[in-house]
Amino acid sequence: MNKNYFEIKRAGINTTFQDQGRGNLYHIGIPFSGAMDNRNFQISNKLVGNEVNFPIIEFAYQGPLLKYFGENINFAITGDVKFIIRKKNDNIEGNCYQSFTLENGDELNIISTNKSVYGYLAVSGEFDVNYQWSSCSVNTKANIGANNGKKIEDGQKIYILNINKNLSDKKLNYINTKIENIRVIQGTNFDYFSDEGKKIFFEKEFVISKLSDRMGMRLEGPKIENIVDTNIKSEGLLKGVIQVPADGNPIIMLSDHGTIGGYPKIGVVISADYDKLVQLTPGSKIKFKKVELADAEILFKLYDLETQNLISQI
Amino acid sequence: MIKNISNLGDAALYCDFGSEVNKEINSKVIRYFKSIQKENIDGINNLTPSYNKLIISFDLRKKNFQTIKKLIENLNITNDDELETNRIKIPVCCDENFSLDIKRLEEKLQITRDKIYEKFFGKEFFCYMTGFIAGMPFLGDLENELQAKRLETPRVKVPKGSVGLTEQFANVYTFESPGGWNIIGNTPQVIFDSTNENNPNLINPGDVVTFEQITKEQYYNNNE
Repeated sequence: MNKNYFEIKRAGINTTFQDQGRGNLYHIGIPFSGAMDNRNFQISNKLVGNEVNFPIIEFAYQGPLLKYFGENINFAITGDVKFIIRKKNDNIEGNCYQSFTLENGDELNIISTNKSVYGYLAVSGEFDVNYQWSSCSVNTKANIGANNGKKIEDGQKIYILNINKNLSDKKLNYINTKIENIRVIQGTNFDYFSDEGKKIFFEKEFVISKLSDRMGMRLEGPKIENIVDTNIKSEGLLKGVIQVPADGNPIIMLSDHGTIGGYPKIGVVISADYDKLVQLTPGSKIKFKKVELADAEILFKLYDLETQNLISQI
Repeated sequence: MIKNISNLGDAALYCDFGSEVNKEINSKVIRYFKSIQKENIDGINNLTPSYNKLIISFDLRKKNFQTIKKLIENLNITNDDELETNRIKIPVCCDENFSLDIKRLEEKLQITRDKIYEKFFGKEFFCYMTGFIAGMPFLGDLENELQAKRLETPRVKVPKGSVGLTEQFANVYTFESPGGWNIIGNTPQVIFDSTNENNPNLINPGDVVTFEQITKEQYYNNNE
């Protein structure tokens, strides 16, 4: 039992177990969490023959260096990631969207993401993790989820159960495209902002700040002037909501956001653009484009269809 | 009872119950929240009740704004007398190591700490909502004499268990967290327990909370 495992030689910057996330807990203060980039999360699982919602390891920027012990296992990495497989006498440069086999003693060095934030590591088996509210997703703020709700750390061992004996090579022809225009629906406090402020929001460029993480993405750029009140009575938040605090710099709520907030909501990123949004690195420039609800619903249907198509090609 | 329903993004309903913050409006929000929760509607992901709003988010793969809006408009909402209320006592120690902002409050409110404690302990507070961080209760209403603004510069780390005041509300920090509330004491009581999946929050919207002052010795005995 438990003879198949990774030894973590370097944990990386923000390496956590994630899956589809947990719902119906906002009212007690627990956010959805889950893999930031849902499409790449699902594809990684399919590439190793798993159900699409199996637990995976999510990493940001620098990924982990893992040494593998056990029977042969397949893994796949998705996103835009540079990684190397170190065999006894050989180094193999890895490709995303393709399965590889690890043998006892091999090392997997996930060096970094290229001009993107998140990458995903799936294995053809089940990570031995604990679940809370039917999800392993780690929320480091409330210490909820697998690994006692903490990031994966140097030196720890990660066990893998139920390895799929039938290791077949899988591959997908797919390149992560980037977007610069983020489509948004006007928020519930859109009229808190001056005409000039509204114009700036939809016409000017904003730069993603370094102060961005799984909770939120801060933006810098021309200030958006508030003419009503810089606070609202605290109310619920959702991922994708764009709040503008008193300093006039927008903050976009991401998957681990606080469930309640008191800043005016100028807009909400449409569901179809969320996976692409989270992959934008600090320093990237973005522009917001206004869309109506009916268009956002169609755009999401198309995006979701495209994801399902990609998954069915594997 | 809902004044207006609009969309918040493409996957949520924004139900507006009014602009004021009071128990009456908040009770309506909570009643809606509990009734919708009971219905267990397929496709609804989350419900976030707050002072005077209820946000209902849904899975855009299964439902859309119009379908959920219709469902909500046609719901039967539970009567007042069916609303469940728990009464909870929270022990708080005001030792100087815990009451981080008591001096600030004395200055801002122009009353002594004894008067602050007298007006705070033993009074009944209503839980308007929980959230921001897991399990954090927003309790009201404080008397006018106890109402102060947030710290000018929020703390980077407010200790777990801290009991804070701001404007008409009191709260308890269920985790160490950044925050700007005026801290008057600390409770050894566990307010959020993630291992209790069916009932992780000690305090829920609609509950009535009373704070009781305890000594340092009682605090540490309770902690063991």
